[in-house]
Amino acid sequence: MIIVKYFASLKNIAGKEEDRFDLANGSTLNELCQAISKTNPQLGKMVQEKKVMISVNLDVVSLDHILNDGDEVALLPPFSGGI
Amino acid sequence: MTQALESKIRIQKEDFVVSDEIEAIKKVSPNIGGIVTFLGTGREQSKGETISELNFEHYPQMAEKKLEEIRQQAIVDYKIIDMSIIHRIGKIDIGENIVLIVAAGEHRKEAFLACEWAIAELKRITPIWKRETTTNGEVWVQDTP
Repeated sequence: MIIVKYFASLKNIAGKEEDRFDLANGSTLNELCQAISKTNPQLGKMVQEKKVMISVNLDVVSLDHILNDGDEVALLPPFSGGI
Repeated sequence: MTQALESKIRIQKEDFVVSDEIEAIKKVSPNIGGIVTFLGTGREQSKGETISELNFEHYPQMAEKKLEEIRQQAIVDYKIIDMSIIHRIGKIDIGENIVLIVAAGEHRKEAFLACEWAIAELKRITPIWKRETTTNGEVWVQDTP
């Protein structure tokens, strides 16, 4: 089971803060993104167009990253901290 | 000194007192000779819109991790003695404190450079997001100068 977290504007688009996806062992982040696209095409398009960064277990990684059961994936829209 | 002030990296709802943070970092070393602070506050105007309220959200753990990375890198790269970084989350009214960076070095030059670099890096790599409330509604800010 992979936990997917949404933040800021992506939470509004997803309509929730968190999702869970069951993927085969050894699946890549890209395959998770395809699964997300099926449930929410708008989110999938943003990932495809690289409008969001993706972290796995708190580290930003590329789409070929191999996922493990229990991983926490987060979709991160452009940051706007500070002032 | 409170437990909160002993931590150099903090993300918190509560306001902070700038002078307390400066006093806390001064206690780190008697060799501190230059302290530079950057204080970010909530402003009323943004892109021609009047803002009534700001809200900040963060990704817990990852945001703290990134701030600590910034602190450590600033100490190594700019040869400063210490740095503290505090960012508030939740609802912020106009004029309230948002973010504070305190860079302490032996001399002023490295403290100025480290402080300027740290706020730019915070904006670049730290998962914190700002939502502005204006008369036209609420919007998540996606690009900040």
